[in-house]
Amino acid sequence: MAIPKVIGTETEYGIAAVGQPDFNPVLSSSMLISSYAGSLRRIRWDYEDESPLRDARGFEPVAGRELSDEDLGLANVILPNGARYYVDHAHPEYSTPECLSPRSLVIHDKAGERILERSLAIVAAEIPSSPALAIYRNNSDGKGNSYGTHENYLMDRATPFGDIVRDLTPFFVSRQIFTGAGKLGLEAQWDERGKHVFQLTQRADFFETEVGLETTLKRPIINTRDEPHADPERYRRLHVIVGDANLCEVALFLKLGTTSIVLKMIEDAFLPDFSLVNPVAAIHDVSRDVSLRTPVSLTDGRKMTALQLQWEYLELARKYVDREDDTQENREVVERWESVLRGLESDPRTLSAQLDWVAKLRLLEGYRERDGLAWSDAKLRAIDLQYHDVRRDRGLFHRLAHSGKVERLTTDEEVERAIMEPPEDTRAFFRGRCISKYPDAIAAASWDSLILDTGRDALQRIPMREPLRGTRAHVEELLDACEDAAALVDRLTG
Amino acid sequence: MPEQEQKRIQKKGGGEAGDDAGQVTSSSKANELKEEMDDILDEIDSVLEENAEEFVKSYVQKGGE
Repeated sequence: MAIPKVIGTETEYGIAAVGQPDFNPVLSSSMLISSYAGSLRRIRWDYEDESPLRDARGFEPVAGRELSDEDLGLANVILPNGARYYVDHAHPEYSTPECLSPRSLVIHDKAGERILERSLAIVAAEIPSSPALAIYRNNSDGKGNSYGTHENYLMDRATPFGDIVRDLTPFFVSRQIFTGAGKLGLEAQWDERGKHVFQLTQRADFFETEVGLETTLKRPIINTRDEPHADPERYRRLHVIVGDANLCEVALFLKLGTTSIVLKMIEDAFLPDFSLVNPVAAIHDVSRDVSLRTPVSLTDGRKMTALQLQWEYLELARKYVDREDDTQENREVVERWESVLRGLESDPRTLSAQLDWVAKLRLLEGYRERDGLAWSDAKLRAIDLQYHDVRRDRGLFHRLAHSGKVERLTTDEEVERAIMEPPEDTRAFFRGRCISKYPDAIAAASWDSLILDTGRDALQRIPMREPLRGTRAHVEELLDACEDAAALVDRLTG
Repeated sequence: MPEQEQKRIQKKGGGEAGDDAGQVTSSSKANELKEEMDDILDEIDSVLEENAEEFVKSYVQKGGE
């Protein structure tokens, strides 16, 4: 029997300094994060005055602050919503708290995007000596360098990894038709085709092998990193590196929702064999054909387009959900999945409010036609990049959303709330609430533990190896009853 | 920007007989979509970085994942 899909995303954001191409991205990322974390201290205090939304939105600029040691180190903080915000190599990275549903994760993933936007505003207000920074939610600089948007799914350790590889690979190759964020240009060194082609995804160019441990070179379609951040006897954390960063909420919801259902089907051995002859070539071919007509070869001799493969997965998912997992959210995933496949089949342009690659292509085509530009024009590359700018007054996706041309699945209020509030139905609730309530007693935190310093001789480590323990239902009363961290430790060990 | 602005207005005004002749045969829905689109296209120039072409050329990201 499949286990509940506890899910989360990790997004590395692109960072640039306007007019200063030789800026230091590591230092600037760290400055963004430590400035945001510093402002939280004030937010948290105000929060205890029972006005969380107002406080979460606002911050008081401190005029003329100089860089401090905190800015110069590699910032790495756990936030009151249970998320992790840190410097990864040369990027700011946001890892959402663990969520129990795709919709909840869409909200938290979008809250992360807002946190990046807010961090920019805080740095601009507090550190005048900082260069003017810009942040992009994308996965490529257009020059052969990629940075990741990773998905994580809790899986049953008992499911053989070979089954996951076999059944998930054709799904990852074909899901690109709705998960792609679109990209102008080809970046694979070996590719002889025209360099100014528009393709479905940001990431396909960077995938060179079928299975492996790497994430920065020779990237594999199925990543084998085995770091469960939970009881390793029972769980695996499937670390998915093959996806794009989505701005469109419908694309993001479908990416997370369809993959969650497919993984449950794999755990329940519900899928037939769709193995592809050459998955690596197929992932490139599918990404490079916006007409969606290119067939891929299956090992059983059939040839199918990505769209046909997705129809197969959808029909099986519908049966699976009816028989095994009939929840309201799964029904919504299946309905939206079908609606998007129908749109892709009849005319993809009808999906510009739902899918990033369609929305971006429409902008590029419109601009190109209006100004009579060649596809090789650098202005079009600039528009591609600007689509991903996280600032709501500058990013082209956000301008589309502002004028009602993008379908929302969340409300601004839900996203604002998730900037400060953890999900209630996973262990992120316990982590986030402890950060809010006992900030000075948290010596360290990780996904599966908290280490408390209560002023006694030894630090106290609280293991959290079950992702579905530590929910609001489990611990709210306990936390309400404990004035300080020492009381919490006493209750937990008593 | 004024030059581009002028170009756009001319195109809008003379569209039916001139450059956009091919559009006449397309459905009215497509034309509606196009008009909607024009509003967003008008915004693009105002939100791109100054020297957008240079900026995007210098946008290089090293290290990640």
